[in-house]
Amino acid sequence: MKLLNCPINGPRPVSEFAYGGEVRAMPHPPTCTDEQWSDYVFNRNGAPGVKKEWWYHLASGVWFIAERDTSADHVLRTYLWGEG
Amino acid sequence: MVSLMTSRLPPVLGEWIDRTQPRAFCFEGKHYSGYEGDVISSALWAAGEHVLGRSFKYHRPRGILSLANHDVNTLMEDRFHVNLRADVTALREGMEVTAVNTYGSGGVQGDRARFVDKLSGLLPVGFYYKAFHRPRRFAQQWEQFFRYMTGLGRPKFDLPRIITGKRYDFVDVVVIGAGPSGLAAGIEAASCGASVIIVDENTRAGGSLGYARGGSDASYDRLQQLLAQAAHLPNLQIRGGTFAAGWYTDHWIALVDDQRMTKLRARATIVASGAFEQPAVFRNNDLPGVMFASAAQRLIYRYSVKPMTQAVVLTANREGYDAAADLHRHGIGVSVIVDLRDQGENAIPESLRDVRVLKGSCVLEATARGNHLGGVRVAAFANGAPNFDHSESFACDGLLVSCGAAPAANLLYQAGCKMRYACEVEQFIPDVLTPGLFAAGRVNGRHDLEDRLLDGKRAGREAARYLGLSQAEPLSGTLSWRNPTHPYPVVPHPSGKNFVDFDEDLQLKDFHNAAKEGFDNIELLKRYSTVGMGPSQGKHSNMNAVRILARIRNEPIDQVGTTTARPMYHPVPLSHLAGRGFHPMRQTPLHTRHQRAAAVWMQAGNWWRPEYYAVGRKSKLECVRAEAHAVRTSVGLIDVGTLGKMDLYGPDAGEFLERVYTGRFANLKIGMTRYCAMIDESGVIIDDGVVGRLGEQHFYFTTTTTGSANVYRELVRWNVQWGLDIGIVNVTGAMGAVNLAGPKSREVLAQLTQLDLSAQAFPYLGLRQANVEGVPCRLIRVGFVGELGYEIHAPAEQIGVVWDALMRAGAAHGIQSFGVEAQRLLRLEKGHVIIGQDTDGLTTPIEAGMGWAVKMDKNFFVGQRSLRIVEKRASKQVAMGFTLPKTFSGEAPKECHLVIHAGNIAGRVTSIAYSEALGQHVGLGFIVPDLAAEGTAFQIRGEGGVMIDAQIAKPPFYDPAGDRQKL
Repeated sequence: MKLLNCPINGPRPVSEFAYGGEVRAMPHPPTCTDEQWSDYVFNRNGAPGVKKEWWYHLASGVWFIAERDTSADHVLRTYLWGEG
Repeated sequence: MVSLMTSRLPPVLGEWIDRTQPRAFCFEGKHYSGYEGDVISSALWAAGEHVLGRSFKYHRPRGILSLANHDVNTLMEDRFHVNLRADVTALREGMEVTAVNTYGSGGVQGDRARFVDKLSGLLPVGFYYKAFHRPRRFAQQWEQFFRYMTGLGRPKFDLPRIITGKRYDFVDVVVIGAGPSGLAAGIEAASCGASVIIVDENTRAGGSLGYARGGSDASYDRLQQLLAQAAHLPNLQIRGGTFAAGWYTDHWIALVDDQRMTKLRARATIVASGAFEQPAVFRNNDLPGVMFASAAQRLIYRYSVKPMTQAVVLTANREGYDAAADLHRHGIGVSVIVDLRDQGENAIPESLRDVRVLKGSCVLEATARGNHLGGVRVAAFANGAPNFDHSESFACDGLLVSCGAAPAANLLYQAGCKMRYACEVEQFIPDVLTPGLFAAGRVNGRHDLEDRLLDGKRAGREAARYLGLSQAEPLSGTLSWRNPTHPYPVVPHPSGKNFVDFDEDLQLKDFHNAAKEGFDNIELLKRYSTVGMGPSQGKHSNMNAVRILARIRNEPIDQVGTTTARPMYHPVPLSHLAGRGFHPMRQTPLHTRHQRAAAVWMQAGNWWRPEYYAVGRKSKLECVRAEAHAVRTSVGLIDVGTLGKMDLYGPDAGEFLERVYTGRFANLKIGMTRYCAMIDESGVIIDDGVVGRLGEQHFYFTTTTTGSANVYRELVRWNVQWGLDIGIVNVTGAMGAVNLAGPKSREVLAQLTQLDLSAQAFPYLGLRQANVEGVPCRLIRVGFVGELGYEIHAPAEQIGVVWDALMRAGAAHGIQSFGVEAQRLLRLEKGHVIIGQDTDGLTTPIEAGMGWAVKMDKNFFVGQRSLRIVEKRASKQVAMGFTLPKTFSGEAPKECHLVIHAGNIAGRVTSIAYSEALGQHVGLGFIVPDLAAEGTAFQIRGEGGVMIDAQIAKPPFYDPAGDRQKL
């Protein structure tokens, strides 16, 4: 089982975490087109590569960002939102 | 009668058996005796029993081959266990075992299915595929025949359930294998300060140091020195009888012993797992009496059993001569040493100087005497080809095979290490290791004892350096490439029966035929021929299969490659994997009170909730209706402590709620509550509840029972991004809650609190903080079930006091505790939707008819942008209420039954129940907009296709003006 490095709690088994999807920038709702908004809501890019992902430490309620190379399932680094 | 022990040696230094502790046991109905410390196979061999099993396909007699669980010649079963591996199963007093895969009363000696061996010509490689291919009309008879004839062991259906808990452990360095390199590695790592666990599948540490002695006890003395060193290191643990079943990411290792699985987290792994001795392939190489040199040495030094009386040794390395010296030392005659190599061995042990050595020769075939080896025919051998024209015969009852080894590299493959074929040692060795992984000893291509000790020490120090525990220089030194392995110990024979895979009875010709039929890629060959797919998973067969295929394709072994080694290393009992089963369920603080009141339980999310309370012999329906009746006519009490409950503080609290819920909350007055609905970014409704305001900067709100954890999680995530000045506390578990409902609820509650309960002082949707029976509570006037009612929230540890007081105070009014089922009925009469039942994963609040709860004129809320798109489109379906005629009798429709209109699906039922208060069935659902007008008649297709008339009716069905809840 993998270890994931929570920025607050340190390395913990991955079973203590929940995956929260890829980090995606929300388009500005009042000005974006319907197509842009739909793309944001529904479309995901599954191509392997380095992704920014949301992860949540279940036991302590910490959300953080993990940069993960999905082609190698290797986590490059983790940090709190805004600290990247 | 107990058989006489015929082959037990006088006491041997270091033997594992305890001669003061005899163990009586039974094999195939005959009585035997062995000793504590024996395995089943050693005790039987000592008693002169050499046919210990029958082979899978041809039912050929089989005896000891590896004595190390690298083959399954000796599969047995007893009353409780199927497929015991007799080579490694400890002998216990009173054991009653039989060989698996035998037919008829002859048992393992006279297996009635042995005729199959004579039919082997009719059983070509890929036989099953071909048999079932055509003609198809035979397939059924074939299947019955195969089901009878194949498979190993019989499942036992009457066993007690054994709960096998798992254990968790943590260590700096785990060493796989307690042979010389593993011990040296562990001692070095522990000396550098690392905590170390060495595991070994054998019950005792030492590996080959214990048994590969070469005619003296020097290696045994070395082992004692190492064990003494290890014993002085308190941070070093050696666990015998434990194998590493699999290596998983970040050094998470499944350790398996006969009791349980231990999940071990290490920081570094040293693989010192050694090598599997490999068979030579020649005709009748499976006769009982033909065994690996290491098996014979184990018999001698662990169990003090004579492997044979007169031996021939087939070898291609120094180890074979050492084993011959071990035989000689214990009074076993060695007729001849057959060396596959042209050059033979340089330094022949002194004790063997009179033994004849035939260089550049092979065993052409073994010959049988009854069910046992009777002799061998030896011929010259060059480049994989024997000289059939001239051979010499030798009588013997034992043949030692020592032609080489294959690395036990399973964990290295699992860890993603890159391997390469090293021609110096004719084996695969690790080429690129992954971080934190180290290899030492035979698995690393080092076969000389001194080299293995040094290689182990080197790996131990590297692991300590990797963990930052040692500043010492890496060990250097030149290691030799002493090679024990012959590149092609395979002897063809026109009559076959030269086995490559003993599990699956695969002969040399099967590989040639498979390749001819086009299956000449290693992965295809494996699947077609089933090589390596038997219970020993290729430990003794994969390497020869690769060599044979390389020769067929005339390619180097590196190019042929290997198959993928996956966990588990040995089979693991399913009970070990299943563990004890762990599905914790939550209980509210009132759980025991419900139990005493005969609650019938249901699961709601991960909570237990009372579905209803059983009364005497009344049916569920009668109980539910009585509970609902009490609420409508007098007063009822329900535990709603499973609701998600959140406290929200801070100057931005109002703004936060505006963003996460569809409604308006910034303007909510202190002391008031409002319904709240939550949608996701796509506009789908995902949760609802009630928001109340306790102070300018303090809100208290509820979520659905199943939604609390996810809602809390998502709210926290949103604010991580928004950075509003708020704090959210999830008090779901800290607070209990009950709902007191019914026309008499005010009278009941008034007995317990000083709070002014008049409609003016505490109106509908009001929120107050007051003591109830001395307990500080939050009270909300709610109307979920459509009657005057109070939701009372109190600290979890005190909610029981409130419950008891309400039940006492309500006794005069016949207060009735009610369950989830009655609540569902009551809310349905009011037309209140349940998120997830009356909505699904695509329902927007617009479709659900909840537009009143959505304030589109707000600046922003989650999902608002999607609703702007949705509201521009015509809805394909809308929420509806409906009734069945009062005259309806028969089986009512159920949830998910479809509305059918003009032959098409035009909607569906999401909730339905018979309302006693209204005297008819009422329901909720979805319907196409064309049919949604009040009063429209439509049809629902019920159970068995019966069409049932229904009519659109506008909820609430009961008390449409809501007068009763606003009293």
